[in-house]
Amino acid sequence: MNAQTLEPYLKKHPFFKGLSSDYLAILVGCVKNVSVEALQPIFQTGEPADHFFLIRQGAVAIETSSLEAGAVTIQTLGNGDVLGWSWLFEPYRWNFDARALMQTRLFSLDAKCLRDKCDRDPAFGYDLVKRFSRVMVDRLQATRLQLLDIYALPTGE
Amino acid sequence: MEAETLSTSQVTRENGDSMRPRRYRIVRSHKETHDTFTMELEAVDGPANGTFNPGQFNMLYAFGAGESAISISGDPAQEERLMHTTRVVGTVTRALGTLAQGDVLGVRGPFGSAWPVSENAGKDIVFVAGGIGMAPLRPAVLQVLANRTKFGGVTLLYGSRTPGDILYRRELKRWRGRLNDVHVTVDRADEKWSGDVGVVTTLFNRIIFDPENVVACVCGPEIMMRFVVMELQRRGVSDSSIYISMERNMKCAIGFCGHCQFGPTFICKDGPVFRLDKIRAWFNQKEI
Amino acid sequence: MREYVMGECVIVERRHLQALVDALGRHEFTVIAPTVRSKAVTYQEITSIDELPVGMIDEQDAGVYRLKQGKREAVFDYTVGADSWKSYLHPPALKLFSATRDQEDGFTLHEGEEETPRYAFFGVRACELNAIAIQDKVFLGGPHIDVHYKRRREETFIVGVNCGRATGTCFCVSMNTGPRVGPGYDLTLTEVIENGSHVFVTEIGSERGAAILAEIPHTPADENRTEQAAAIVHQTAKNMGRRMETEGIKELLYENLEHPRWDDVASRCLACANCTMVCPTCFCTTVEDVTDLTGEHVDRWQKWDSCFTMDFSYIHGGSVRKSNKARYRQWMTHKLATWIDQFDSSGCVGCGRCISWCPVGIDITIEVDAIRKTPKRSHVDDAEGETS
Repeated sequence: MNAQTLEPYLKKHPFFKGLSSDYLAILVGCVKNVSVEALQPIFQTGEPADHFFLIRQGAVAIETSSLEAGAVTIQTLGNGDVLGWSWLFEPYRWNFDARALMQTRLFSLDAKCLRDKCDRDPAFGYDLVKRFSRVMVDRLQATRLQLLDIYALPTGE
Repeated sequence: MEAETLSTSQVTRENGDSMRPRRYRIVRSHKETHDTFTMELEAVDGPANGTFNPGQFNMLYAFGAGESAISISGDPAQEERLMHTTRVVGTVTRALGTLAQGDVLGVRGPFGSAWPVSENAGKDIVFVAGGIGMAPLRPAVLQVLANRTKFGGVTLLYGSRTPGDILYRRELKRWRGRLNDVHVTVDRADEKWSGDVGVVTTLFNRIIFDPENVVACVCGPEIMMRFVVMELQRRGVSDSSIYISMERNMKCAIGFCGHCQFGPTFICKDGPVFRLDKIRAWFNQKEI
Repeated sequence: MREYVMGECVIVERRHLQALVDALGRHEFTVIAPTVRSKAVTYQEITSIDELPVGMIDEQDAGVYRLKQGKREAVFDYTVGADSWKSYLHPPALKLFSATRDQEDGFTLHEGEEETPRYAFFGVRACELNAIAIQDKVFLGGPHIDVHYKRRREETFIVGVNCGRATGTCFCVSMNTGPRVGPGYDLTLTEVIENGSHVFVTEIGSERGAAILAEIPHTPADENRTEQAAAIVHQTAKNMGRRMETEGIKELLYENLEHPRWDDVASRCLACANCTMVCPTCFCTTVEDVTDLTGEHVDRWQKWDSCFTMDFSYIHGGSVRKSNKARYRQWMTHKLATWIDQFDSSGCVGCGRCISWCPVGIDITIEVDAIRKTPKRSHVDDAEGETS
């Protein structure tokens, strides 16, 4: 599929809900349709964060590696979720591993391409960053809840 | 969908002493997880009184130890046996956990209000369970499954601490085929787990329902319910379509000891299931 | 026996008051009346009028209770004491049942109480009768009935007393519960002492009351006497020690759950639970199973409890109301606001006991007033002008 035919599918993705067609046109130039086989890595810690991904269909595990436990899954993402925001900030390197848990189809957005477009069109950049901020806030909230270990019995019982 | 129609514990005056337990024998008791067990009970005295509405609870009495309020987790259509999934959290639940097949315990109940299943034919239903909260929701899920065609899209979101804490694993698999969606997630995975990891609120991205024509039944720790409610509201579900199950200290379960008060409500008789708009002001209040 | 009309008044002379107590005794009532223990009025079993605090008056204020010799030999010039009739209808400790272990079927239950006591409450004030009616609603008015309360309550004979004076902490007028004794009594007495005569204008409130009255000497009351009685009550109403503004009180408290006044009162409150024990409407209890050493026998007890204790709101892992503030707020909001939604009336009868018996003198009439008068404010203060 070429970039043009991707536009209607991109528009439907929850992350871009309400995005103006002008901005969509800007984005489309940076998008590729990709797929990953089950259990294959999508990116690894330390690698350059050249892309971010929108999960269309499938499941992805965010992992990190600990000496004793090996690969530890911190969070899983599914259909409609955004994967990766390290592309937004220097040094543009991944802090975690991402691995497909099953055959997964994703939109891959070229980070450098997008960063350039954001610099040239700040209004577009603002819209994009606002969307990412929302995702980050939600992810932070979910992570905080996860940290609270809400199902555990409090100690001192 | 007034709260009053939800309350199905006997409204007729009881001449008997509601503080006296009836005897029930354990027909079967098995461990579900490291700290949770399920008992199936049969009445010792008189005819089985296993009728209840999903969401209701009994006061279970361990001779000499005391009573604990435990939600009924069995099939409402099955009257001969009472089922309770119990988590060990204190002296009484620990005592109940030591009982074995053949032992007798005391039962008072059923008490409290119910999940509004039968009143909501034609709607989508979203069940959201957190931890042991799955147990009080199980009867509602079973009731829906018994009348599947009466309801629209039905989904279950279930968050657990770890894979080892997941209840009713085999049943969840069976339900997957008959409900539109069953998503199970854990806060913390182990090496063998290949399912979702993350809090139960993150599962909302995976499901579709009509916010104008849905009933959400949420059960779990209060903090979990607060965040789930936020998630539902974000998706356009009104407070009058959200039902939660509250928990407080209970000594009598019949509105006399005063312990279970939550604002102007008594959780034993006005709850434990509440329609959110009725208790909105109190739900967000600290230390109430 | 002649027919009496409900509400009809007769005159019972002071010297015949003992006959009333005796008649109640003959009808197998245990007569409970005010008497003095540890320098305070308390309700205990009596057989003689001499056991009442005759001639005594009380001075009450925030954290203050003093019983003194009054100027006249009235039988009922004091007001309410440290305890209330709830000690008898809703006892501090009550055995619900006992049970013994059974080899075959787990355990067998036995009755807790052998016999239900039959009380005659002698000297029930208007506020107190109201408090009894409030507890009736709690224990008899819902989907479940407290059978122990019911058994006691059904038998209880009530001799009311219209207060001849109010003390410093009285505010029954504000709560619309007195000083005139309302319906629900069997007989009500208004003490009238003047010009050497000492009588009780006695109103008949029930058939039972009429039957007892028929056994003691009495004469018809003339209009003069009934007017005297009414004037006494009217005068008492004008001398209330305190006042509580009840207009919109439910909404006031519902809207001010985070008012800074709660922190203020919490800094004074000791969470000693005195108020809940002396309050005639507080009904909270706990349930305790007590085993013997062999573990074969257990007694289940119902005991008074208080929302001020840390344990009261305990659920696995901790108490819901940890802070003093949360617990004081719970008590006061329940008493004055949520009670209205629960039972269609205020939980407070204006008897003032909680004010007198609070060791630090917290006064709910003042606390309500303070919340009304001080506007809510944010805890975030303007730091305009401060640079560091």
